Order: sequence, then structure tokens, then C-alpha cells
Amino acid sequence: MSLTQGMKAKQLLAYFQSKADQDAREAKARGDLVCWSASVAPPEFCVTMGIAMIYPETHSAGIGARKGAMDMLEVADRKGYNIDCCSYGRVNMGYMECLKEAAITGVKPEVLVNSPAADVPLPDLVITCNNICNTLLKWYENLAAELDIPCIIIDVPFNHTMPIPEYAKAYIADQFRNAISQLEVICGRPFDWKKFKEVRDQTQRSVYHWNRIAAMSQYKPSPLNGFDLFNYMALIVACRSLDYAEITFKAFADELEANLKAGIYAFKGAEKTRFQWEGIAVWPHLGHTFKAMKGLGSIMTGTAYPALWDLHYDANDESLHSMAEAYTRIYINTCLENKVEVLMNIMEKGKVDGTVYHLNRSCKLMSFLNVETAEVIKERNGLPYVSFDGDQTDPRVFSPAQFDTRVQALVEMMEANMAAAE
Amino acid sequence: MSKVEAILSQLKDIAANPKKAMDDYKAETGKGAVGIMPLYAPEEMIHATGYLPMGIWGAQGKTISKARTYLPAFACSIMQQVMELQCEGAYDDLSAVLFSVPCDTLKCLSQKWKGTSPVIVFTHPQNRGLEAANQFLVTEYELVKKQLESILDVQITNVALENSIAIYNENRAVMREFVKVAADYPQVIDAVSRHAVFKARQFMLKEKHTELVKELIAEVKAMPVQPWDGKKVVVTGILLEPNELLEIFNEFKIAIVDDDLAQESRQIRVDVVNGEDGPLYRMARAWQQMYGCSVATDTKKGRGKMLINKTFQTGADAIIVAMMKFCDPEEWDYPVMYREFEEKGIKNLMIEVDQEVSSFEQVKTRLQSFVEML
Repeated sequence: MSLTQGMKAKQLLAYFQSKADQDAREAKARGDLVCWSASVAPPEFCVTMGIAMIYPETHSAGIGARKGAMDMLEVADRKGYNIDCCSYGRVNMGYMECLKEAAITGVKPEVLVNSPAADVPLPDLVITCNNICNTLLKWYENLAAELDIPCIIIDVPFNHTMPIPEYAKAYIADQFRNAISQLEVICGRPFDWKKFKEVRDQTQRSVYHWNRIAAMSQYKPSPLNGFDLFNYMALIVACRSLDYAEITFKAFADELEANLKAGIYAFKGAEKTRFQWEGIAVWPHLGHTFKAMKGLGSIMTGTAYPALWDLHYDANDESLHSMAEAYTRIYINTCLENKVEVLMNIMEKGKVDGTVYHLNRSCKLMSFLNVETAEVIKERNGLPYVSFDGDQTDPRVFSPAQFDTRVQALVEMMEANMAAAE
Repeated sequence: MSKVEAILSQLKDIAANPKKAMDDYKAETGKGAVGIMPLYAPEEMIHATGYLPMGIWGAQGKTISKARTYLPAFACSIMQQVMELQCEGAYDDLSAVLFSVPCDTLKCLSQKWKGTSPVIVFTHPQNRGLEAANQFLVTEYELVKKQLESILDVQITNVALENSIAIYNENRAVMREFVKVAADYPQVIDAVSRHAVFKARQFMLKEKHTELVKELIAEVKAMPVQPWDGKKVVVTGILLEPNELLEIFNEFKIAIVDDDLAQESRQIRVDVVNGEDGPLYRMARAWQQMYGCSVATDTKKGRGKMLINKTFQTGADAIIVAMMKFCDPEEWDYPVMYREFEEKGIKNLMIEVDQEVSSFEQVKTRLQSFVEML
């Protein structure tokens, strides 16, 4: 009997998250390859080659959520990483330095012994993709240099003009083929094209069920608490090319559908307003941000961040142009007009009443267009918005008091609009 | 005034008054200017239109006020200044602005130009070892070319483009020679003058710049090389300004014997090679050949090694990292370079470059103590 039989989605999430790390530890112990990967880099090639995958962004977010970021940030700080650098990256460089020291000396540094970080092994190679930022190029350059390991790059050029042109897809698809050649050399065996097709099919099934979950926020009241997407994200990032993600997401989507039928909603009867969250979660203060909104009766029913992994493509397209398009159309890799369209679509689907913008100290790409994005959207749909200062993993930037004041103002505006409409 | 002084004075005037340089050019030729955002652009294409390519590298000491509405405080210092100037309409006389997007900040800035000039955006490919990357960039350049032709109502012919490429290659070669001459004659070309020679090339036709720099080099080389009783450094970063900061280098007799500044030597590092391929393809290849820059992806991380080599080749006493405030590509390069410098026993110092700052006492103290240590 399967170990996971009868498990609820939440149990499956915990089980598979931990299993993915365990898989990597076991692979390392066997002498098999482990790859560290950027969160929206295509895993299809490495998974086809049977390489175990670890996702530093998810790993860092986990460290942040478990209040362990500061120790790793301090290690990175000592190595010369400026506080201006992305905190996911700094936490990861700190963690990597600890692992490296342990590997060289045979002794785990104390900071690592005491860390709540999930135990993951050092990589034998890394793969990165700049569809969510160019920081991921710099960060992975450093990982490759400091560990003296191969770095596979999938460069998806910024789409300053939409729709995505064919020549960009051709360049990306060529890099896919190049990545495959690199992997053949690294692994010392030919690429298994038949398995590659199966992995792409698997990825599409995971994405399908991921989208089923996100679609549940269209209902009013919503059976889905949008913050749950932040929790379940770990698997769409780390396991989308394995059945781990598909099994978990299918279970969760089925549960939500059953709840909807039974009239069970996320906020029971307390859903008063609905909001869009724009930006990365504030992992060290995830509980505070959720509770503050819940306390105000406001539910998140739209967020583009987890939707980054809506990586649907035609798995039968052997030119790989469809897959290339999926990996480059990420809304923050496109022009302002497209970004606005994507967010407005999310707002419409989630029937939101307003938006909370996270001005993220760690993420320039997800912050420097916030003013323009918010202004254009407000002009078009008239919905109110607020912005707060935060950081995805550095706990020092976020101020609970500022967040509370800002979101109270938003909720007041949203409620006033609703009252006026009635 | 000696000939050397006269040429340096002329270049310093141009470097300090870009607006005047542009207005003079317009009056003289009847043609306008096209702005070029950092860091790299196919400038030869603008030159081929007959318009004056103008570098946009911020300003010094401007208090940021209007830009605060559009950019949080953690945007890099240079883009804060550029945004402030956009809001003030300082760039509105430009016929177009050419925008590359090799970092996250520039991607965003390319979407929010507050001035009135039309903006042309293009993306550099970052998987630079591949032929597919060249093909991608050629197409991007073709689109830039079409937009320039349409906005400026000119046709960019291959003949004009080849001529511009030759002019730029010559200018780059002459500037590479100038770097060596400046290193040999720090008594004649001090830090302020050295910078002015580089900065002026952002605001004038390259053939005219080449002519002046050639003359300057000839005059300087006619003098005997004197022993230098100060220290020698290699500097790296986005830029090293303003003159008040460079005057500290002069005061403590710190000669800049080579640089890896984006505003200076990175602009002249690689040429567009000759060959049978078309000009746009060869210009794309130049991006592939670029090295040692924080926004040109390099998984081998060669920048630190390049700087170490420069230090050995020039006999420099140290490397000074001029860190542009809040420039994350540069900040990400620093820890690896720092480790490499330390491993090789190369003395190094990081100073912060903040274009909004107008007081330099702190950096003066740091440079003074550093020099005493060398």
C-alpha cells in the first residue's frame, strides 16, 4: 500500500516537501548528481537525467519562515555580500558557505548545527534562468565560482515588446538543446528523449492541477484561502516535473471542490472583502500578514506570484518553442503594459476589491514598477491599493505596525466602495 | 597654456557641459542627439545617422525629490539621478533614447521614462557563448535600426555603418593607448584629467575625440617619463565621479594606472572586428566578446582574475572598488573578487559612490588611511 494513501493534501505537502530533500540527500550519498536550480528554471532536462533537484529560493524562504534567516544573512555579510543583495540569495550564499566549510573541515559550523534550515546537500551543478530576475544570473555565477561546478544558463531575454517574438523563442529553444548537450557531458551518458517527453507530460499534469487550485478563488465566497498558495508553492517550484506535485495538488483541488459543493468556505461566513497580493510573500512574517487581513475579514483571491508557475505548454511540440514561450512569458519578464494586463486579469478572475503591493527590499524587479502598475490599474478599474515596505526573507525590513495601518486603510476603502455600490 | 593643458581644458569643458556640447552640435550640423542609457548600446548605429550619441550617466550632487515618487530609495544612485533629470525634462531635447536592459533596475526604468523623447528598448542576450545569442542580438539590432530610421527619418546604410564602426574602433584603440600613457605620466594626466578625457567621449563625435586624444598622446609622449613618488591603483566599478572625489586621488598622489569602470574602459574594451559578415552581426559579436563586466554574464567569473592581471601588469599597489550605491550586479561580483584579491595578497579598498552625496570627508579619510597602509 502506498505510504501516501489516505493522506489529506496538507499531509501530502509536508510529506513530499521533505521527501524531495531526502531524495537529494540519498542521491548525494549514492554518489549521484544533485543540482541547485533557480525557481522558474526548467527542471525538465535534469529530471530526465535523473538528477536530484534542490531549490535555493524555496530553501531560503523556508529558513526565513522558520526564523532562521538572520544567522545565514550574517555569514553572507561576513563574506562581503551587501545588504542590498536579494535576501534569498544572501541566505543561500550563507548556507552554501556553511556546507562548504563542513565539507572541507568535516565539522559542521555551529551556525549550521543550530539552524532550522532543511538539510540539503551541496550541488554538483547549478541551473539558472533569468525569467524572474537577472539577480539569478549573478547569484548562480557565484555558486558556480565558489564551488567550482558547472552552471547551465537558460537566458530568457526581457520581453520589452509583446507578443513574444519567434526569434526569442528560437534563441531559448536553442539554449534548451545546448543545456541537454551540457548535461550529456556532465552525466557521461546520452539524453533520454523518450523520458524527456514523459517528464514534460508530467510537468503539464502538475501545472494543470496547480491551476485548478488557483481557479478556486473565482468563487464568492472563496473556498480557497489565497495564502495557502504560498504554502503549496514549494511543490510547484521544487517538484513540478515529478508526480509529487501532481498528487498533492490534485488532492488539494479535489478537497476544495468538495468544500465548494458542501458550502464550506475558507473564511466560513467572515469573508467581507477580497484583495490581490502583488509581490513575493513576507516569509518571516507570513503569519502576521495573513492574520492581519483575516482579522479585517479580507481574503486574498488573487496573486500573480504563485501564478508564475502556470507553465503550461504543448508537450508534443518537439521544436520546444512552446516550452520556451512558457518560460519567458512570466509577467515580470515583460513590458509594463503586459504586466498590467496580467494583473488586471487576475483581479477580474478573483473578483478582488483592491490590491496590496509589497515594496520588496530584496526584489528590484518586483518593486520598481509598482507605482506605474498601480496607477495604470487604478485608472482602468478604479480599485484602491496600498503599498507596504517588506522583504521576502530579511526579517528586519518589515514593520507590522506599518503593514496593519496600510491594510486597514485599504479595507476601509474597499468597504466604502462596496457600501457605495449597494 | 601648453598644448597639453589646452587639450585637457577643452575636454574638461565638454565633459562638464554636455548640454552645451549638444547645442553646439545642433547649431553646427542641424541634426539632433540621441541619448544612450548605460551600459552598452550599438552606438555606431546612432553615429551612422549623423545624430550625436550622448551618454546618460546621471549627475552629481542633485538632491533627489521628484524621483522619490517613482523610485524607492534602494534604486541605484545613478538611476535616481537619471529619474530626477527625466522628471525635470533635462533629456527632452534628445530625439530618442536608446535603452539596454542588462539588469533588473534597467528593465524597470525602460518601462517608465518620464521625459518626452521616444524610447527604444533592446535586450542583450546573456547566454553569450552561443551562436543563437548572436542571431538573437542581430534581430534586436535590426529592430533598433528600424526604429531609429523611423524616428529620425534617416536611412542607416551599410556604408555609413561600416564607416562608423571604423571610427569607433579607432577611437577605442586610441583610448586604450591613452590609458597606458596616463599610467606612465601621472604627473601630467592626473585622475581628474584622465576622467575628463573619458567622459568627454560620451558627448562628442568620436572622430573629433580621437583627433584630440591622438594629439594629446603625442604631446605627452614627447615628454620624459618621470619617476612617480605616489601610489598606483587600478579602479573598478560603474563610475568614479565627481571631480571632488578624484581630487582626493590627486591630493594623496594616487595614480589611476588602469580602470575597469563601466563609464570608462569597459566602453573601449572590445572592438567590432573586421570580417565578411554584415555590420550588425559583427556588432552582435562584440557583445559576445565582452568580458569582465558585472552585467555580461560570465559563469567563469573572470572579472577578479582580470583585475589581478591588470594589477600585476601595471605594477599597481592596490585595487580600489568604486561601488555604485545599490547597484546589485556590482555588489554580487564583489565577494568573489574580494576573496580572490585577498588570496593573492592584493591590497584592496571598497569605497561607495553615491551621486547624491556632496560631502567627501569620509571617503577622504578612508583613502588617506589606505594610502598610508600601502
